[in-house]
Amino acid sequence: MTDVTPQEAEFIPPAEVAEVELYHPHSWWTRYVFSQDAKVIAIQYAGTAMSIGFVALVLSWLMRLKLGFPDTFSFITPDAYYQFMTMHGMIMVIYLLTALFLGGFGNYLIPLMVGARDMVFPYVNMLSYWIYLLAVLVLVASFFAPGGPTGAGWTLYPPQAITSGTPGGVSWGIILMLVSLILFIIGFTMGGLNYVVTVLQGRTRGMTLMRLPLTVWGIFTATVMALLAFPALFVACVMMLFDRVVGSSFFMPAVVDMGTPLPHNGGSPLLWQHLFWFFGHPEVYIVALPAFGIVSDLIATHARKNIFGYRMMVWAIIIIGALSFVVWAHHMYVSGMYPYFGFFFATTTLIIAVPTAIKVYNWVLTLWKGDIHLTLPMLFALAFIITFINGGLSGLFLGNVVVDVPLSDTMFVVAHFHMVMGVAPVLVVFGAIYHWYPKITGRMLNETMGRIHFWVTFLGTYMIFFPMHYIGLVGIPRRYPELGDTAFIPPSVHTLNEFITIAALVVGAAQLVFLFNLFWSLRYGKEAGDNPWRATTLEWQTAGTPPPHGNFGKELPVVYRWAYDYSVPGAPEDFIPQNDPSPLTQGGPA
Amino acid sequence: MTAILIFLAAILAIVGWWLSRQRLMSKPWLEAGPVTAFPETEAPDTHPAKIGLGVFIAVVSALFALLISAYLMRMAYVDWQAPPMPRLLWLNTGTLLLASLAMHCAVVAAHKGQLDNLRLALLTAGLTSIAFLAGQLLAWQDLASQGYFVTENPAVTFFYLLTAMHGLHVIGGLVVLGRTNIRAWQSDRTAGLVLSAELCAVYWHALLIIWLILFAVLMGWAGNFIDICHRLLS
Ligand code: HEM
Ligand SMILES: [Cu+2]
Repeated sequence: MTDVTPQEAEFIPPAEVAEVELYHPHSWWTRYVFSQDAKVIAIQYAGTAMSIGFVALVLSWLMRLKLGFPDTFSFITPDAYYQFMTMHGMIMVIYLLTALFLGGFGNYLIPLMVGARDMVFPYVNMLSYWIYLLAVLVLVASFFAPGGPTGAGWTLYPPQAITSGTPGGVSWGIILMLVSLILFIIGFTMGGLNYVVTVLQGRTRGMTLMRLPLTVWGIFTATVMALLAFPALFVACVMMLFDRVVGSSFFMPAVVDMGTPLPHNGGSPLLWQHLFWFFGHPEVYIVALPAFGIVSDLIATHARKNIFGYRMMVWAIIIIGALSFVVWAHHMYVSGMYPYFGFFFATTTLIIAVPTAIKVYNWVLTLWKGDIHLTLPMLFALAFIITFINGGLSGLFLGNVVVDVPLSDTMFVVAHFHMVMGVAPVLVVFGAIYHWYPKITGRMLNETMGRIHFWVTFLGTYMIFFPMHYIGLVGIPRRYPELGDTAFIPPSVHTLNEFITIAALVVGAAQLVFLFNLFWSLRYGKEAGDNPWRATTLEWQTAGTPPPHGNFGKELPVVYRWAYDYSVPGAPEDFIPQNDPSPLTQGGPA
Repeated sequence: MTAILIFLAAILAIVGWWLSRQRLMSKPWLEAGPVTAFPETEAPDTHPAKIGLGVFIAVVSALFALLISAYLMRMAYVDWQAPPMPRLLWLNTGTLLLASLAMHCAVVAAHKGQLDNLRLALLTAGLTSIAFLAGQLLAWQDLASQGYFVTENPAVTFFYLLTAMHGLHVIGGLVVLGRTNIRAWQSDRTAGLVLSAELCAVYWHALLIIWLILFAVLMGWAGNFIDICHRLLS
């Protein structure tokens, strides 16, 4: 492959693609409620996701209270604990993180960053949000249904998920859960089509794939993965719904429940595990890849440096996306599968660590000798890197069959996945909100409140999840509401549990500060201007802030360069926007 | 999970081919200026709806590949008892084939600007598709009358599930086809109408191919085929 530098043409040919005709809202309702503008839909998605995420946060407090002070909180029954745990896990992973990264940030950033006026199918995009909202409402409804929500664990393993021993198993809980997931997937598919086709088709002139900001790469790849992985969950949910409602036997072997044989016969619970984890593992990366992309952009912008190894970053995203489809069975080491399969999946799991490690190195190398501004987005990005390395290291342990078998289903696993897929992406969410809030609202978030929020959250989560590793190594199983007086448990575990609970409550309180800040700054925040971070990407070059309907002015921007021209030698400023025709590049004049 | 892995390999091949044309090896930090030199890396000017439909068909195919994977995995158990397949399925397959053919004629007519033929073809496609759905319902009735109800055994449940899923996708398509029909009978040939006909046709061909594969799986041919492959390999 030769390096051909395209000629510098003075004349830009007019857009060959006719600009997509915009739908213009005619009333207050179609402007703010049933809006087809991706920016409004993004805010609707994000608002809904954060609201339901808050419910999940409250559930985690309740769980922690029970774990820390079992006697005081004896009114939280084991059944209630299981219900809280299930809802907490499910909401956090799917209804909060997936919806927020793809529906929230995807909707807001994709059209702006690729230089489009809107998503390509605005009407379908609007439907996507309303179906998502319906899914959330069905989920919430299960809290008020007779029997309460399901307590089957977020993996919903059969047969226990639909037997009478599990809360919600033979009442409404599990049905509403499955219906809600099915709705979510339908809604997501509608949105996902938009995100993918907009990146493929909506790019403005000059915006080649290799000029896309990594945020778009991350969201795009994650969406492609989600479009292929969610069908597995869909199939699994439909099949379980058959078992539960019609009484068929996809997953249900012949079971005797409390002395009475159930009508099922001949189902295979293992089938569920395969389908579920075929979705479940890519899901980890569906959450992680957008986070990777966003962090890359935050670091480059706030360290005023071009991202180190842009090409490698892109390739790594693609490779991680592809590989994560062939590792699902590492969640099933203890399900009694054929040992050679275990070997295969352990190998692919370790291989996937390579591109991930490359990304971490590149972030660190980008920071190296950068002009680091410790702004709030930067702080969160740094915290993400540290947390991700930590969680990744414990993951390397768990990727080995021999190590995983004894640690499987202990609090060690809980600590591990909270570090990598709980805390790390959430830190990115915060960083991204501090970064793009000025564009969305025109005002900066309050700095003092932000710093309090950051330090309490960052240090606090360590106080929560570090001791948990230790508790797991001692052998404390996960999903146990109470430990009781078991002989092998040293008293230090109880003390630690109390400590963790208090830390969790403090971290929770910090999120209230953040929430308050979001509303307070709307009104009293400092005016931001169009480009407060002096960033290069197109969303900061719009015709006003917040960007108007149609995003850009009369004409769409033309892109002349990649997204990371920070501190270019010889340039008058330390950044060159993507739509700046100057011939300067990182290596001198082109 | 064989079926889904084969499907993923196919997707990977397509994505790989597309990515290979996107200059992923270029060094964007050394290139400033408009990229008129590499037109293939710009956004293509195909209508977005066509690409959108392509992506949607990929998602639907993933769904069916997963269903088939589950079917084949369950089939490998010793207690598998497939129900006798209703003979009617052959007729239904023929009907769906006709619908697909009619859609093809519709596109040809649309391109040639023969409005009458277009209307006729769209209507035929709609009616044959409805006939297909009715035929599937009769097949269900046939099976149930022989005592094979949904809960009989996993093989029977799978039969109902697979046909129902496919039928639902046909119904979804019929909604769009119905609207295209209305448009064709009310207005003259417009660019929008041609596009709708093309999109419907592609979707119908995809549904036909998916049905043919499902049919092969349900008839047990796919299982035999995999058996032969296994023997050849070992
Ligand atoms: C400060 C924040 C959080 C606290 C205090 C917390 C606490 C907990 C607790 C106590 C459990 C139950 C462990 C057990 O008994 O097995 C749990 C489970 C879980 N959490 Fe969190 N969590 C937090 C944030 C998150 C986030 C952000 C995610 C997003 C990915 C998440 C995902 C999960 C999942 C998937 C489970 C497993 C549920 C199950 O076992 O079915 N958590 N969490
Ligand atoms: Cu995994």
